[in-house]
Amino acid sequence: MPLANTATSVPVVVDEGKCIADKGCTVCVDVCPLDVLRISDLTGKAYMKYDECWYCMPCEADCPTGAVTVNIPYLLK
Amino acid sequence: MDDIRSGLSEVECDVLVIGGGTAGPMAAYKARKKNPEATVILLEKANVKRSGAISMGMDGLNNAVIPGHSTPEQYTKEITIANDGICDQAAVYKYAQNCYSIIQELDQFGIRFQKDETGEYDVKKVHHMGTYVLPMPNGDTVKKALYRQLRRMRVLISNRFMATRLLTGKRGRAAGAIAVNTRSGEFLVIRAKAVIMCMGAAGRLGLPTSGYLFGTYENAANSGEGYAMAYHAGAKLANLECFQINPLIKDYNGPACAYVAGPFGGYTANSRNERFIECDYWSGQMMQEFYNELMSGKGPVFLKLNHLHEDTANHIEQILHTVERPTRGRFHDGRGTKYARDMIEMHISEIGFCSGHSASGVYVDEFARTTIPGLYAAGDMASVPHNYMLGAFTNGAVAGEDAIDFAAEVDFDDYDGEAIAVERERVLAPTRREDGIPPNQIEYKIRRLVNDYLQPPKVTKKYEICQARLAEVREDMENAMVARDAHELMRAAEVASILDCADMAAFASLFRQESRWGLYHWRVDHPERDDEAWNCHVLLSKMDGAMSCEKRAVQPYIIPIADDEKDAYYNQRVRAQA
Repeated sequence: MPLANTATSVPVVVDEGKCIADKGCTVCVDVCPLDVLRISDLTGKAYMKYDECWYCMPCEADCPTGAVTVNIPYLLK
Repeated sequence: MDDIRSGLSEVECDVLVIGGGTAGPMAAYKARKKNPEATVILLEKANVKRSGAISMGMDGLNNAVIPGHSTPEQYTKEITIANDGICDQAAVYKYAQNCYSIIQELDQFGIRFQKDETGEYDVKKVHHMGTYVLPMPNGDTVKKALYRQLRRMRVLISNRFMATRLLTGKRGRAAGAIAVNTRSGEFLVIRAKAVIMCMGAAGRLGLPTSGYLFGTYENAANSGEGYAMAYHAGAKLANLECFQINPLIKDYNGPACAYVAGPFGGYTANSRNERFIECDYWSGQMMQEFYNELMSGKGPVFLKLNHLHEDTANHIEQILHTVERPTRGRFHDGRGTKYARDMIEMHISEIGFCSGHSASGVYVDEFARTTIPGLYAAGDMASVPHNYMLGAFTNGAVAGEDAIDFAAEVDFDDYDGEAIAVERERVLAPTRREDGIPPNQIEYKIRRLVNDYLQPPKVTKKYEICQARLAEVREDMENAMVARDAHELMRAAEVASILDCADMAAFASLFRQESRWGLYHWRVDHPERDDEAWNCHVLLSKMDGAMSCEKRAVQPYIIPIADDEKDAYYNQRVRAQA
C-alpha cells in the first residue's frame, strides 16, 4: 500500500531569531525523550520533525536562549 | 541523521543497566560505588539527562517511610491490603526499611525534601491508613542531580541506543543485550555478566481518549520493551492482569494530584460538588468507585479546590504547574481554568502495566532478582507493588548492589551467535520493504483494539475477539510494516513491544478467573473475589515458544494482616449521613 503525506500541526515551536542551532547548539534535540526534534538542513535551526510529543518541556526548559515553546497538542488542548 | 546505516559493534562490561530514568541511574551508581574496579554501562533509548517518568522532576515522594511518622511494618501492611493480599512482603518490607537511607542520600545529592519549622520532614497523610507523602520543593532538579552523580562515579553512558532483546547464555544466565541506535539503525551487542532492566512502564498500551498516541499518562517513551524483552528471554512476569488505571485531568492526561492537593484540603468530587471517596490514594478499589461515579450519572468527576482560600488554591496551582508536568498550567490557561474558581474535570486513564502504581511487573524477589540468574529488574517494570519513584530509587540501589556482587563471582556466559543475526533481521525487516503499513498506523490499531476490548470491565467474549484481531495485526506487523528511516525503525521496534504487551494483558486476564484489585481486574464473568482458588500470583512466561500462565503461592506474610483489616480498602465510599 502506498503512503500518503498527511499534514499535522506540531506543538513545539522554535523562534528562529533566537535559536542558535546554526552555531552548533543541539540542546533541545539532545534532551527530548521522544527524539522528535531535528536541525533543519535548509535553515540551520531546530524544528519539530515528528508529531510525537509528550508535552514534557525539557526542550523549552533547557534551551539556552529561550527559543523553544511547547504548546499543548491540538487534539487534547 | 536518521539515515539507516549498516553496522555492528560489540562491547563488554560487568554490569549492564538498561534504562536511564530513575531506577537505572541509581542501580548504575550503586554498582560502581560498591565496586569501583567494575565496568558499568548505562544504556538509554533517549538521553539520561532527561529520560524516564521523571524527565522534568517530581513534586513529592508518595511512599516515604520516615521514623516518627510511620514504620516499615505499617507500610508493608498497608500495601498488602491495598494490593488485595497478593503481595510477597519481603520486597516491600525491605523497601520500607531501606527507603529512609535513600531519602538521606538523595538529600546529599542536593534534592531537597520539605521540612517543618522544627527541621523535621513535613510528611502528609494521603493513604487510607498511614502517613507517607513528602513534598519536594525543588523536585524539578532530580534528573540533574542524578546526572551529576553518574558523572562523578564515571558510569559509562550510552544514549540513543534502544535495547530490543536480551541475550541468554548457554548456562542459562543473562549474557547481555542487543541494541539498535535510534538515529542510525546500527547495532550494538553488549556482553555482560549481569543485566539490570529498568525500562519503565508499558505506558503506550491503551489509547488516551484524546486519540493522540503520545498523550499518555506515562512518559510515552516507556512503551513496554522491558516487559517484552523479559518475556522473550524466558523470565516470569507477575500479575499482568492487575492493570494500571489512574484518575487524571481529562484530555491533558496528567495527574490531577490529589496527593499534592489533599493535604491542603482538596478532594475528588462529583458534579454535585459532593465528595464520594474518603481516600484519594490510587488503588484499584478507589478506581472502581471513581468508575462507578462516572457511570452513575453523577459524573463527571472533578478535583475540587475552589472551596479553599484563594491563596491556598493558588499555592497548589503554583506547585502543580512547575514540577513533574509543568505544561499542566498551559493546558488550564488554554481553557481559562483557575483552581481557585473552577473545579477541574477528571477522567480515568488508558490501561497500562506499571508496578509503580499497581502491581504488574517482571517477577522479582527482595534482591530485585528475576527468575533468570544474573537478570535483575527494578522500578516501574518490576513486580514490587505500588513502589513509585522512591521505590525505583531504593530497589534500583538493591539491584545495583546485588548485581555487582553476582558479576564478581561469574564469568561471561556464552551466547548463541546466531541469535544476533536473527534479531538484526527481525528488527530491520521493516526497512527492507519499499512500501507497506507505517508503524504509527499499526500502533494506533493495536491500541484502539486495547481500548475497545481489553479495558475493564473485562468480558471474556470481548477478550477472545481481541486476541483474534491482535493476531491479524501481528501478521501485518511481521509481513507489511515499513520504516523509512532510523526514527521510524525505533517506532517499529516499539510497536512490537506494545503488541506483545497487549497479548500478555489479554492472556493473563483470561487466566485469573475471579475479580480482584477493584477496577484493575474486574472480570464480569467472574464478578467475585475468590480467595479459595486465586489468593496467589499469576505468573506468565514463554514456554516452548508460546504464552503460558501458572499460579504461584504468595510467600508467607512477615507482617500478619488481621481479618478485620484486610478489606479496609473496600470501605472507601463516603457513607450517607444519618
